[in-house]
Amino acid sequence: MPAEIDIAHVARLARLGLSDEELEHYKSQLGAILDHAARVQSLKGEPVVEASHPLRLENVYREDVVVPSLDRDEVLSQAPETEDGYFVAPPAMGTE
Amino acid sequence: MSALHDLTIVEVGEKLRSGETTCVELVEAVLARAHQTEAQLHAYLTLDREPALAAAERADAELAAGEDRGPLHGIPIALKDNMCTRGLETTAASQILAGYHPPYDATVVTRLRDAGAVIVGKTNLDEFAMGSSTENSAFGPSFNPWDIGRVPGGSSGGSAAAVAAGSAFGALGSDTGGSIRQPASLTGIVGVKPTYGTVSRYGLIAFASSLDQIGPLSKSVADAALTLGAIWGHDPLDATSYPGEYPDLEADLDTGVAGLKIGVVKEFAGEGYEPAVEGAVGSMLDALSDAGAEIVEVSLPTVDIALSAYYLVAPAEASANLARFDGIRYGHRAPGATTEELMARTRAEGFGPEVTRRILLGTYALSAGYYDAFYGQAQRVRAALRDEFEAAYRSVDVLVSPTSPTTAFRVGEKTEDPLSMYLTDICTNPINLVGHPGISVPVALDEKSLPVGMQVMAPALGERVMFRVAAEIERLAGFDARPLLDEVA
Amino acid sequence: MAGWEPVIGIEVHVELATRSKMFCGCAVSFGEEPNTNVCPVCLGLPGALPVPNRQAIEWIMAIGLALDCEIAERSVFHRKNYFYADLPKNYQISQFDVPVCRDGHLDIFHDGETRRVGIERAHMEEDTGKSTHVGTGGRIHAAELTLLDFNRSGVPLVEIVSKPDIRSAAEARLYAQELRAVIAELGVSDARLEEGSIRFDANVSVRPMGESTLGTKVEIKNMNSFRSLERAVDFEIERQIGLLESGGEVIQETRHWDEEAGVTHSMRTKEGSSDYRYFTEPDLVPMHMDREWVERVRATLPELPAERRARYVEIGLDSDQAGILSDSVPALRDIFEAAIAAGAPPRPAANWLIGEVTGWLRRVDPDPVVVPLTGPQLAELVAMVEEGIVSSSAAKEVLEGVLAGEGDPREVAVTRDLIQISDSSALEAAVDEVIAANPDALASYRAGETKVLGFLVGQVMKATQGRADPKLVNRLLRDKLADER
Repeated sequence: MPAEIDIAHVARLARLGLSDEELEHYKSQLGAILDHAARVQSLKGEPVVEASHPLRLENVYREDVVVPSLDRDEVLSQAPETEDGYFVAPPAMGTE
Repeated sequence: MSALHDLTIVEVGEKLRSGETTCVELVEAVLARAHQTEAQLHAYLTLDREPALAAAERADAELAAGEDRGPLHGIPIALKDNMCTRGLETTAASQILAGYHPPYDATVVTRLRDAGAVIVGKTNLDEFAMGSSTENSAFGPSFNPWDIGRVPGGSSGGSAAAVAAGSAFGALGSDTGGSIRQPASLTGIVGVKPTYGTVSRYGLIAFASSLDQIGPLSKSVADAALTLGAIWGHDPLDATSYPGEYPDLEADLDTGVAGLKIGVVKEFAGEGYEPAVEGAVGSMLDALSDAGAEIVEVSLPTVDIALSAYYLVAPAEASANLARFDGIRYGHRAPGATTEELMARTRAEGFGPEVTRRILLGTYALSAGYYDAFYGQAQRVRAALRDEFEAAYRSVDVLVSPTSPTTAFRVGEKTEDPLSMYLTDICTNPINLVGHPGISVPVALDEKSLPVGMQVMAPALGERVMFRVAAEIERLAGFDARPLLDEVA
Repeated sequence: MAGWEPVIGIEVHVELATRSKMFCGCAVSFGEEPNTNVCPVCLGLPGALPVPNRQAIEWIMAIGLALDCEIAERSVFHRKNYFYADLPKNYQISQFDVPVCRDGHLDIFHDGETRRVGIERAHMEEDTGKSTHVGTGGRIHAAELTLLDFNRSGVPLVEIVSKPDIRSAAEARLYAQELRAVIAELGVSDARLEEGSIRFDANVSVRPMGESTLGTKVEIKNMNSFRSLERAVDFEIERQIGLLESGGEVIQETRHWDEEAGVTHSMRTKEGSSDYRYFTEPDLVPMHMDREWVERVRATLPELPAERRARYVEIGLDSDQAGILSDSVPALRDIFEAAIAAGAPPRPAANWLIGEVTGWLRRVDPDPVVVPLTGPQLAELVAMVEEGIVSSSAAKEVLEGVLAGEGDPREVAVTRDLIQISDSSALEAAVDEVIAANPDALASYRAGETKVLGFLVGQVMKATQGRADPKLVNRLLRDKLADER
């Protein structure tokens, strides 16, 4: 059972810039959902192997062959900001 | 006589080949139908009118030249808007992808085109396929053709509404916890979730990778079989794609159920199930028994906690799948002085409340200190559930249940309580967790004239027997009602 | 640093030199225009799915086998979740609790001793794109914007993590060099530090001598040469000891090596203790390395540097020669092997390669693919010296000629007129002439001044333009003078 949800920490891990009000709202909803979800803990017996592919596929690989890449203009046409063939973002970190 | 848009793919296919109609006429018929119904239904996010007509002209020319690509040749099909179409806006019904034009086609899109199908447009859905009513679309909800005060189900609600209303002859949806079968049930059509790994997910905007599967929504079981037949098969671009032999979907459509053993899942009944739903399913079981099937009760106790496992696994995978929407390479971008700020604001603005909720839930379930109790335990439930289903299939050929505990609910009825919305998936999501196939077939109308669907489930790659039973249910139900949308309008 | 014991572990990232990327068919190639080797998969476009490169899996198995690791029977990929602008999916496909390789080791030679460094694990992952921070000043947080190029995104990367078995900066360097040599030998990576195709990070802590618990570790990054690795580790050890001796505390953190300033400085990370929320990658299926597959990969392994050094010592080289030759460019080793095969004695053959040939290369081509000298030619040259056909000094000239493409050693010796005259009959006349022309010297010799013999030998050498075998001339002169006496 979740004792305490550090909702601000979770939101930061998920890169969701939510207001305090929104955080409170989601926290109470999450609490209810997690109460229900915690029922998974009622499964008894030996811990079984974690689920894998339903058809038990394994060893799926591609051969080391080069295929043509995308057209750069088409790719960059979807980007909010570009410069000289690059995608552009603000600096990585603040000056804190 | 039925209007052209009310016919099945099999029926219009005959008319096409007998020269009674043309591919262009079929496209014009669905576009006209869309024109007539969209204001009420909002099934589509994008209609691709001119390219569809151009494709239909090419399809007619091919037929005239004796080049027949098969049963989908010239058939107008709609795609749920979470499947990438090169150059055609693809949004997953999210603000964060508004205006996004993918530079590539999903494998199913290529397969449909190769089969001659004409893609008429992109249908509405719950944002990123997260929801059971299509009310979570960032671009407004879709409505149920049987009662526009009610939801069409979800998340493939737009595809279901379009097929039910005749603004597409068939559609593709995606099913992560019931998102094809439940809306098919709520709109009186057929919906199939195939075995995990049989339809390529390449180009499907992921919700929960280990659960997502594309499948058809159709007016008939035969239409569903031929559509699935066109899109499934091994795809080297999807590492989870099944490379082996595929079952014959159409071989047993007319075989009947004599000699089959049908298991009724005991746990899919009781509290929360509408009497009309239980009654309709019960009547069908009697009919199947009369048709020569042996009906037995089967207990799958872990099903009771499947929903809990589902609401940990799906959000956990989603929390990672949706991390890529960050405002850097495509889609919506909010301003920010640093990359971190830009991403956090972009995501807070771009995602709606249900998506935000699930990302938070999934992030939490995977985070340090909680992983074992939540995500890890959910995966163990999944394995236990699979063992139970597989054991059941050692004694029965298929399992059946209602598709949804209720018929279509009112718009807004469950939006305030996420958990009540989640409970509408209770019959459908267990087989997503185990990767098995399921189909919903309409069997009756309830007292409010709303359709009731019945679900047939089969073991992995058991589609042949699943379609065999579904086709018999369809015959026995004789369900030929169509929504009276015109009169509502 | 008396009283303190450094404890060091090294993490190495090796970019594999496959033709295509780890999970898509985009070309692995460097120095291209930005964002030209990209596709839906390595750009993290919605709907794209990864499919692993078989060659990369076989190469990580080869690396594991070369490091004496256990190859897991079953291994899976995980998602490692963190947000970064050059990580397109905002998760990295990596491996968590079931890496392909674990529990291996690598031996290094330090101060005449063999030291065994444990390998904790080696796992497969994908590289990120490249961020270029532009703006005012060079430091990250003074940048105004970030330019993103995803050509490198998805290049196969093997991470090799050592156990904390390293005890000095010098050992850290030796470990890194030896590991690089192994990777280069396997041919699975360009393994160039300058280009970042092999990258070393170090985890450094110190503890009081004799203490068994570990001190707080600091991760140091951004060392792009073996020398900077050694300097950075040394600096960090001193920094930590200084802190502890002045009553301070070491903080667990990541520090950046500043090559110019010769110091490490703290890289502030905002997320504090990171929580990567690893879970099994649902887009991929498990890998099953059955033993037959492992053996097939093992059969492709080349002779590794340590094995080769041991073999060289066994055939008679001293350990310095063995080390130098073994670590030299493959072209030189190939000549050596071919010369041995052609019957050359190993030591002189090695000496020629390490000395004269290497010297020539340094002047002409420091990084040769092909050296214009064959094994049989070297064998012939060595034999000519041993047999006295050319003098040692003439042999150097012969080598110059061979390297200049003038032909085989014998041809060059003849053309350049460098054959020693070892035939006594051919020399006798010259000796007689010299004796006849130098009666004074002869008189002195007879008077007991035997030193004058050297002068006479010199005269004969001069008369034969240096081609006479000096030993033979010496003997002939002695004989003649004795006769005349």
